[in-house]
Amino acid sequence: MTPTATATAVTERPAASTPATFKSATKPIWCPGCGDYSVLSSITKAFAMLALKPEETVVVSGIGCSSRIPAYTTCYGFHGVHGRALAAATGVKLARPELTVLVAGGDGDGYSIGGNHFLHACRRNVDMTYVVMDNHVYGMTKGQPSPTTEPDWDSKLAPGGTGVRAFHPLVIALASGANFVARAFSGDPNGTADIIAQAVRHPGFSFVEILSPCVTFRPDQRSWKDLVHPASVTVTDDPARAARRVMTDDGFNIGVLYAGGRTPYPLARRAHPVAVADLEAEFAP
Amino acid sequence: MMAHTTANANDPARAGLSIALAGSGGSGVMTAGTLFLSAAAKAGAYGLMVRTSGPQIRGGEAAALLRIARAPVESLDDRFHLLLAFDWQNVHRFADEIPLGPSSLIVGDAAEGEPPAAFVATGARYEAVPLKKIAKGIPGSWTNMVALGLAGALAGLPREAIVAALRDSWKRDAASLAANLAAIDAGAQAAAGFEGMAKLPSLAPGGGRWLISGNEAAGLGAIRGGVRFVAAYPITPATELLEWMAPALAKVGGSLLQAEDELASINMIVGSSFAGVPSLTATAGPGLALMTEGIGLAVSAEVPLVVVDVMRGGPSTGIPAKSEQSDLSYAVSGLHGDAPRLVVAPTSIADCLATTQWAVHLAEALQAPAIVLSDQFMGQSRAIVDRPADLAFVGKRVVAEPNAPDYKRYRDTPSGVSPMAVPGNPGTAYTADGLEKNEAGTPSSGARDHLMQLDKRARKLTLHDYGDMWADVEGDGELAVITFGSATGPVREAIGRAAASGVRAKLVAMRLIAPALPEKLDLALAGVSQVLVVEQNHGAQFYRYLRAWFDLPGRPESFHRPGPLPLKPAELAQAIVAAAGRATGAQARTAVSA
Repeated sequence: MTPTATATAVTERPAASTPATFKSATKPIWCPGCGDYSVLSSITKAFAMLALKPEETVVVSGIGCSSRIPAYTTCYGFHGVHGRALAAATGVKLARPELTVLVAGGDGDGYSIGGNHFLHACRRNVDMTYVVMDNHVYGMTKGQPSPTTEPDWDSKLAPGGTGVRAFHPLVIALASGANFVARAFSGDPNGTADIIAQAVRHPGFSFVEILSPCVTFRPDQRSWKDLVHPASVTVTDDPARAARRVMTDDGFNIGVLYAGGRTPYPLARRAHPVAVADLEAEFAP
Repeated sequence: MMAHTTANANDPARAGLSIALAGSGGSGVMTAGTLFLSAAAKAGAYGLMVRTSGPQIRGGEAAALLRIARAPVESLDDRFHLLLAFDWQNVHRFADEIPLGPSSLIVGDAAEGEPPAAFVATGARYEAVPLKKIAKGIPGSWTNMVALGLAGALAGLPREAIVAALRDSWKRDAASLAANLAAIDAGAQAAAGFEGMAKLPSLAPGGGRWLISGNEAAGLGAIRGGVRFVAAYPITPATELLEWMAPALAKVGGSLLQAEDELASINMIVGSSFAGVPSLTATAGPGLALMTEGIGLAVSAEVPLVVVDVMRGGPSTGIPAKSEQSDLSYAVSGLHGDAPRLVVAPTSIADCLATTQWAVHLAEALQAPAIVLSDQFMGQSRAIVDRPADLAFVGKRVVAEPNAPDYKRYRDTPSGVSPMAVPGNPGTAYTADGLEKNEAGTPSSGARDHLMQLDKRARKLTLHDYGDMWADVEGDGELAVITFGSATGPVREAIGRAAASGVRAKLVAMRLIAPALPEKLDLALAGVSQVLVVEQNHGAQFYRYLRAWFDLPGRPESFHRPGPLPLKPAELAQAIVAAAGRATGAQARTAVSA
């Protein structure tokens, strides 16, 4: 199973990893003021807090502004096709359970084109962390409504608004079986780093929805910094209670909202595999 | 197409014995057929069982089409010696799939009514046997076991081989085994009065044989090649491949995951292979269509993987449970952008093993996706074959060393293959990307990087030495018949028949479809003045592909017919003789005599 390259991997580790250990030299393409810069910092901070090794950490993404994140880290990165990040990450984790897998992306990538994978990733509960930078807009294609966009938000593609109600990712994650659900805000990089670190530590599928403003196409989201507030509740392990909370809150409640105890998807392999030749007996007439 | 078959071609001593068991789904047709084939294997025969059924999940019509012979068989014959129907419910729908003639025998249960007119019109003799009544007379026994005993006796299968087959597969209590053994004997007795039914030639039990389906063979080939992770979505007729692999992979320390859809399947295996584990998915046309974006990602990010496409009638949902070779065009060109990929096709049920194993080897060596074009005929059919040889093909990718100096994932090497860093390897982390990139893997939209990476990805496939595996090349003649996949069996048999009438033809069954390697085919076609391209689809897809990429001598001819009817040796022998006549400039010969 394990490739020879890893079997022989002996590395001299730096005394202690810092956020800088995880930041690559590649310059982000994001607009000035984009919330994703802070999220990148929070991710690298969380990795440092967890004392991960870059080469044993895989950052997986799909397509969109926020999906550019893998190349901005020094980890192994996988920047796949639109909407399929969770599928690719599931493959990585099942193939190599010893790796830490973090998936990053946006609301269009995760909730629209990748919506089905989101449901099944929550349900399957493979041990990995999914960070969604939600800005309620398609930024890379220059300003179209996403599943979390307000129904009356005016755009060229949907003049006067879509008239379609927004999607509630946290409730869907809870209903589908995610084992850890949190909401964070990019404007609070330290709090977000802490939440991401908790999410990575928590067994099973952890989902972190990060409000990350798009100042270019949603300048109104600059007001988010005034609207967010810490969740004034303790973490629950009851998904129904958590769902009721997030369905009735104002959408700016920040913190870990649910930490469940579901058994993660089994990743263990047979300890003593049989020889391939042993599979052939059944074909003898 | 004229159904021209002489008694000689249908002689059991040469062509084996062809038996169709038919009835409504759930009546035990497939079980009886499988046991018949297993008994034939125990008796020392070679053979083939093709499954065909209507679209219903339960209760539709079903037929097991068997051909048993002294030598390996890879094709159904032109007509059946025996049609044994458990009932006639919708069995008339098989009139085209179960061709009969005046020397054929129809056996049915009078309580189920008369045989459908389409079968009677062939001139076949009809014998009525009260199958259900016999079964009823033996408490705890089943009608299909009476039928099995009857078919076995008519074919001349030794009783002990049938008993052994039944015992081996028996999962119930001893009392019901005894009842069904009695049913088999009663069925055999019921056949005692029948005259004129051809019998199997004498057989000698031979060792070293396997009884295997193409789907199982492909699964085993994949595991032999090193595949240890599969993600897939159920689809007819590929599901059995997955169902075989699920426990088999677990035994050898791998795993299989049932994904939420084909988009997930393909992206999961891109991820698992990126992470270092040889990976595979299996699907059919509709699934392949959904997977193409992910396959393109594997091309761009240079991630090895194998997709087995068990082809079925298309387009769209098409004819899910019946065979057709109509995904070829899609497999060779169905990706956006300039996206070189490997496409290989097994040439028989047994070869599903070798070709899939080879596909894993090629994908891993070349860091590219490989599509294996199997089909329903090979995938769901079960055959008695000589144990496939152990091949040395094992997936082995070139990986980066730890802390490799100045590591660049997509370095522009002479071979086009560059060492792949696998997560866990220190000092070589990179981001695999569907974006065009520079040598280091950093996204680039520059013209120079694009051209360099396009050249690299194309070159690594065309420069590889594929050796002799690229095709099965057999025989000699001024005429060459070029074919692929499950059409190979009937073509090979047709060439044999044409030879018996003095027409020689060369067989070129191409295992490597893409990349196109014209120089390989040029060498194989040395001395050939005419080619006939044979395939089972409506659009002559292989013919057109060959004409686009290869220099074919003479005026290339095409024999193409869509599924679901299997290609028949007789119609192909006729086409071969006719094409050979045009090749030599002689007057077209009038008939195939064998």
